[in-house]
Amino acid sequence: MYPRAFEYFAVGTVREASELLAHYADEARVLAGGQSLIPLMKLRLANPSHIIDIGNILGLDYVEEVDGALHVGALATHAAVLEFADVREGWPLMADAVSVIGDHQVRNWGTVGGALAEADPAGDWGAVILALKARIRCASSRGERWLAAADFFADAYTTQLATDELITEIVFRAPKRSSAGAYLKLERRAGDFAVVSVGVQLSLTEAGLCEEASIALAAAGLTPIYAEEAASFLAGKELRSDVIDEAARRVAAATQPLSDIRGSEDYKRAAAQALFKQAVEVAVRRSRGVTVEAAHGR
Amino acid sequence: MAAKRRIRVTINGQIYEHEVEPRLLLIDYLRDVAGLLGTHYGCDTTSCGACTIIVDGRSAKSCTRFAVQADGQEILTVEGLACDGRLHPIQEAFRDHHGLQCGFCTPGFLMTALAFLSETPDPSKDQIREVLAGNLCRCTGYQGIVDAVEDAATRLKTGTRKRGNAGSAAGAKPLMR
Repeated sequence: MYPRAFEYFAVGTVREASELLAHYADEARVLAGGQSLIPLMKLRLANPSHIIDIGNILGLDYVEEVDGALHVGALATHAAVLEFADVREGWPLMADAVSVIGDHQVRNWGTVGGALAEADPAGDWGAVILALKARIRCASSRGERWLAAADFFADAYTTQLATDELITEIVFRAPKRSSAGAYLKLERRAGDFAVVSVGVQLSLTEAGLCEEASIALAAAGLTPIYAEEAASFLAGKELRSDVIDEAARRVAAATQPLSDIRGSEDYKRAAAQALFKQAVEVAVRRSRGVTVEAAHGR
Repeated sequence: MAAKRRIRVTINGQIYEHEVEPRLLLIDYLRDVAGLLGTHYGCDTTSCGACTIIVDGRSAKSCTRFAVQADGQEILTVEGLACDGRLHPIQEAFRDHHGLQCGFCTPGFLMTALAFLSETPDPSKDQIREVLAGNLCRCTGYQGIVDAVEDAATRLKTGTRKRGNAGSAAGAKPLMR
């Protein structure tokens, strides 16, 4: 399997990349780690005539904590995020999700910015940025702007990035006290894209009330989905089983799954409910300081 | 055809310089241009891991990289493991634990495991199974492979044998301990 022939540019700065993107517009694609784009090109699902390789831009592969918030450079690899010890501590939902992206080799080279820009409906990062309400910093030769995660995805494989824009950074706010999250993925076999997956982030009061909840799903529609109705229903409630059951029904109602090789619409909806309930349980235990491994479904 | 690019790559400690078409995949550069046939084509879809090599110390599927991306990088392939006719400790461990049968997937397993052991010298069996998830073997049932990697960890820590050029080709992180 071979991609169509293309012109190749290795750029050293974001500005250079943006200028080339402005010039070649839809004929160009940005190459970072290549773990999403190269398979698409080999299958000829993507056929760019110009490739702009940003893999050598220096200083864009950081993962660092700044005033409690997590800053991830667009060129940080999935592996680099996992290796950053504070991620497991402060953003366990992210650690759960990133640990099941592709396989070890893919995580070594695939980048956070690349995965988000690809906007695969089943991609794990999309649900992570929605559940954690991240902000995405974008740059072009015209300047910079920030997009909220909720505004980032337009359609399957389509983002709100302008033709000449690149993701440069993703920022996750500092976790609230006594908050925790979990991300559970159902996959047919290790390393596959999700059948469906659910990320839940909860913050609890000392009395055990759910102060705030956010819930996001991957592989449950054409874009990652934020389950607003379920999240707002949980706010201010005690997490009794009947409350969680009702929230799970609302999670299922928020999904718009498509029947495909990974399962039927009904199956994915049922799986989303089951994963949601498990994720709530894991998040609650973690918020109490218990170390819990996410048991992904296989 | 798109304009060719000149690349300079270090493979197993030796420098290679060629003009390549941008769409040339790294695996084809290794096999057809550099003439190193130890890196195998399996699925060609980033699934099976037979084409795994080590790039700047990190395992990579060479069917999912362009050769132009390797410009200036250091690559280690299975040919860089044995030295003077003597197997590398990880190869000996695979032989001793029946970590292979037909051998087709073996170069990929060796390279994934070697890069992993350089970062994680004392892995648990679960960690080994997890890291090998991107490599498929249709012969062994994996038990022998997991045992081999576990034993290789011990051999690499205690090994005093004269070794090949793996260390120099490993990039930023030493592959041998």
